[in-house]
Amino acid sequence: MSYDWEGLVQEDRVHRALYTDPAIFNAEMTKIFGGTWVYIAHESEIPNVNDYVTRKLGLRPVIVLRDSNNILRVLYNRCTHRGTTLCRHEKGNARAFQCPYHGWNFLNSGKLRGVPWADGYSADIKDEKFNLAQAPRVESYRGFIFATLNLEAPGLLNWLGPMTKPIDEWLDRNPGGKIVVCEANRFKYKGNWKLAYDNSSDGYHVIYSHRSLLEMESRLSDEANKGMAYYKNSPDSLAMYVQYMGNGHHFKDKRPNLQARPGGLWAIESTHPGKEYAEAEFRRKYGERADSLLDLAGSEPVNINIFPNLSLLGNHIQVFQPISVNETDAVWYGTRIEDVNGDIGDALGTINALRMRTQEGFPNFGEVDDLANFEQIQVGLQCEEDEWIYMNRGHGIPDRVKTNADGTITAPATDEVFMREYIKEWKRLMKGPTPLSIKREP
Amino acid sequence: MSVGAQDPSVSSFYVNDSFYGDLIARFQDWDHDRNGICDPVERDAFRLLLEREARFLDQHKYDDWLAMLTRECVYWAPARPGGGDPRTEIAVMFDDRRRLEDRVFRLRSEFAWSQAPASRTVRMISNVEVFEYGEKDRRMLRSNFIINEFWDNEIRQLVGWCGYDMQNIDGRWLIRAKQINLINCDRCIRNPSIIL
Repeated sequence: MSYDWEGLVQEDRVHRALYTDPAIFNAEMTKIFGGTWVYIAHESEIPNVNDYVTRKLGLRPVIVLRDSNNILRVLYNRCTHRGTTLCRHEKGNARAFQCPYHGWNFLNSGKLRGVPWADGYSADIKDEKFNLAQAPRVESYRGFIFATLNLEAPGLLNWLGPMTKPIDEWLDRNPGGKIVVCEANRFKYKGNWKLAYDNSSDGYHVIYSHRSLLEMESRLSDEANKGMAYYKNSPDSLAMYVQYMGNGHHFKDKRPNLQARPGGLWAIESTHPGKEYAEAEFRRKYGERADSLLDLAGSEPVNINIFPNLSLLGNHIQVFQPISVNETDAVWYGTRIEDVNGDIGDALGTINALRMRTQEGFPNFGEVDDLANFEQIQVGLQCEEDEWIYMNRGHGIPDRVKTNADGTITAPATDEVFMREYIKEWKRLMKGPTPLSIKREP
Repeated sequence: MSVGAQDPSVSSFYVNDSFYGDLIARFQDWDHDRNGICDPVERDAFRLLLEREARFLDQHKYDDWLAMLTRECVYWAPARPGGGDPRTEIAVMFDDRRRLEDRVFRLRSEFAWSQAPASRTVRMISNVEVFEYGEKDRRMLRSNFIINEFWDNEIRQLVGWCGYDMQNIDGRWLIRAKQINLINCDRCIRNPSIIL
């Protein structure tokens, strides 16, 4: 495949082919979802030895597991015999996987344990070529498990770079710096996966795409600073900002808009089931501690977007899963907290219940409208002769965009600089040679 | 101020620990055939009630539909088969009275792009069962549904079963809790934005 990548990805616009060309999509599944680190699961989903979940690495079906020796592995869910998937369940606990087709049996290290009637083989079935393929590199950063097939990619920590700071802060506001994944709001849309990643730091769409939500949130109260009301007047003049963080990652930080005090986060929370009960109960029982307890149920106002498929926002872990050039799954995993230090006590149940309800709000009343708009971009892009998509907001305006000493780039909240920058990383990966490999147990 | 004096359209005091506990207890077990009600008159009355509810939703008569629910109600679509625990797990939807009224407000706002234009739906209800549960003025119902939804030039089906916790208030049966169990509730669903 030869494409004029410089022509397709220009300084302030990209070509529609990035979203509509099946050949580009197929190349992405190799060069992006293989050639760079891809988020694959959270450690709290497989807390015990032999726990597994089934996922996709690009389009490759994989089993993400903690093997019998407590090693995290991303095994290809593909029998080495005839190619059948071995495991068809979403999650479970298993020391071995037996193929449902001919009964080949694999340990959760990927090693072939045995086959029926082995005496029918002249080949040495102990040869490692019959062990399951697996991602050669699997690394975890504070519970977030990533995999890549690229032996030349930088280490995970280097690749995350300055993103570790917002990730750390997102985790460390919870007791013990720990969260546990707990079910999800799961969406499918008929559009390219990059439409979701483009949107993930977009402060410009909020007042239009989410107009129904903003009006809903203010129907009972005209208090200005609830939920996403930051965006109503002149969002670019506020302290919040968007930051390009390198390697395709970007970060939207609305925390500077908060009052810096316990309860400052809870003060911007909109209405949720059980809200007034929890407030009254906590103030009665815990006095001054009530504010910081309520903050644990509040939605952290950040969007931490890790290229190509992970977004931490509010208390969610959102994952973008490409299905085809014009179909994507977007899964909003919820998170709950644990009383790691023993200082939450009997408030834990109420905090988590309220935290579930705060997390259900945006997917139900906001995300559905974004997804409708993503789908309609995909429809609009069928206009073949109208070739360009612009990401030029803030482009070429002196002093609007600031490059920091660490190389990150900061801009006002509605700026599209993060799109212009991440798509350069996309272009770099698409242009380059992609030395992918798998490994097998010896 | 006593909890009972709060207006659940405005504030949410009733979604508390004991409310969750009672809700989970009532919906965790449907294996109580011995409590099944065989009286055809009573069963038919509940069947008519569910058919009326389906019609109100198909016709977008949301005020009429909201009037079928108790003031302190819950509308719950679990994200895992069997229901799970809404205190520690995300649900597809978990609305109290105020959030249900939010949901209706949003659909009427003209800016809910996921419903502009609005879906057209035709709901089929069947397999209605009625159970005694606890007090005389309470019943549990179970029914299967197919929602045929026309949106974006396609007709699709949303399929599942509902559980209802019914309460008789002043001679009228009202819905205290409606649990909607989509058979694909733990998979990705395109545009889940209608009221189920």
